[in-house]
Amino acid sequence: MTTPLELVCPAGTPAGLRTAVDAGAHSVYCGYRDETNARNFPGLNFDRAEMKEAAAYTHEHGAKILIALNTFMRAGCTDLWKRGVDDAVAAGADALILADVGLVDYARKTYPKQRLHLSVQAAAATPEAIAFYRDRFGIARVVLPRVLTVEEIARLTAQAAPCETEVFVFGGLCVMAEGRCMLSSYATGKSPNMTGVCSPPSHVSYREESDALVACVGGFTVERFERGEAAGYPTLCKGRFEADGAVSHLFEDPVSLNAVELLPRLAEIGVTAFKIEGRQRGRAYISTVVRAFRKAIDTMAVGGKVDYDELRSLTEGQRDTVGAYKKAWR
Amino acid sequence: MRGHLPPFLSNATGFLPLLPLEVIARRLMSNAMAARPSFAARLGEYAGRTFAIDPVDCPFVFLIKPEGGRTDMKVVRRSVAQDHDARIAAPLVVLIGMVDGTYDGDALFFSRDLSIDGDTEAVLALRNAIENAELDPSTVLGLPKSLQGPVNRATRRLFVELRRLLDAPEENGPNSGANP
Ligand code: SF4
Repeated sequence: MTTPLELVCPAGTPAGLRTAVDAGAHSVYCGYRDETNARNFPGLNFDRAEMKEAAAYTHEHGAKILIALNTFMRAGCTDLWKRGVDDAVAAGADALILADVGLVDYARKTYPKQRLHLSVQAAAATPEAIAFYRDRFGIARVVLPRVLTVEEIARLTAQAAPCETEVFVFGGLCVMAEGRCMLSSYATGKSPNMTGVCSPPSHVSYREESDALVACVGGFTVERFERGEAAGYPTLCKGRFEADGAVSHLFEDPVSLNAVELLPRLAEIGVTAFKIEGRQRGRAYISTVVRAFRKAIDTMAVGGKVDYDELRSLTEGQRDTVGAYKKAWR
Repeated sequence: MRGHLPPFLSNATGFLPLLPLEVIARRLMSNAMAARPSFAARLGEYAGRTFAIDPVDCPFVFLIKPEGGRTDMKVVRRSVAQDHDARIAAPLVVLIGMVDGTYDGDALFFSRDLSIDGDTEAVLALRNAIENAELDPSTVLGLPKSLQGPVNRATRRLFVELRRLLDAPEENGPNSGANP
């Protein structure tokens, strides 16, 4: 192992943040309660006062707070995003996670010393793109899209240096290059890129139909869960659709990402940070997952043997995948 | 659904008079609200919605409207619980486990131990606001600080045991018995 590993954990609420920090997160990522962050779900996120308290709590416990402003600025309304940057810096963010190149430019010019990370939403997946952000704006870390193989990540990590790389290792899976998927826009007019929500709950409805649970997004039936079958949030890319007379998952099966078995290899190739997805998840989930991953990382750091079975059991009986990391998707 | 009260207990709750039950439920709710004044703010525009909290193994339903400081709560028979914007349904011990952080709402929904209908956005807002409230038994009971530790510990032990007896979903949250 060549680099110290950082466990980056989700914090959807102040209570979730304290739970993640207490469970052993090296850093937590969170966002303001508006469309500036890509998890703009009702009841989630932080107001200005809560963010300051969160930063204080995180620092008191020796962890870092990464504030995400990772949607794309709307023309004519860029002040909302710039104000977000100003307030995040004032709150004491250890890093800002940004996607919009204009906002990156604003943050760099206004706060030359502020550490900046490039969000997965920016979809920087080539050495050229990463080098541009690194050399032009001093981006210190890039969060890589979940569409790369481990060997691609190895090459990118080597070429991105001294810019660090961060990869998702656990949680829900966005199967396209983030920041470029328009499915939700087509179906609902709202997207993670502009409004911070994919398949937004305002457009989701469930109904019971002769023992099955039918889930719709924007009026389109996306999934039908038969009795006893595990349910899921009806994210558009994970639905079952009928095409050419056959019903199947067109894009990807509704599996969770679980890259536990790849942790040693990812560490070996120089990835700096492992990210857990799930700002929308509850404290019960956060505490269990963070604790287990922190234990694994600490074990790896001393050359011990990681208990993969414990980590595998975290997918709650749902099927999991190593995603594109091994090009295992169909 | 896992975690159901046994039929004899379920039937027995049918004999409970609703008015005293409503008085007690209101008291617990106002204790929680007084201790967590930011709860309604986190709910935002959804605070004006009426939520049906439906313990499927009991014959009654809680209708809650958490608007501002004066939360409205009614306990009604399931057959007349029509007038609501969103419904969250699960066995009683599972619903309590969601309030105290024992369970993750998404996981319960995925495993079909919990079902929802109506305004999905409002349900999510409520779930997230409850998550953030970090309610524990002593807060809901409105107990003084000196009693909080022992009461919380005893109640948790009781619920761990109860959930085990009722074959409720596995607990793994910060407030379950499983974690130190
Ligand atoms: S539809 Fe799927 S791939 Fe597209 S943004 Fe949403 S989660 Fe990602």
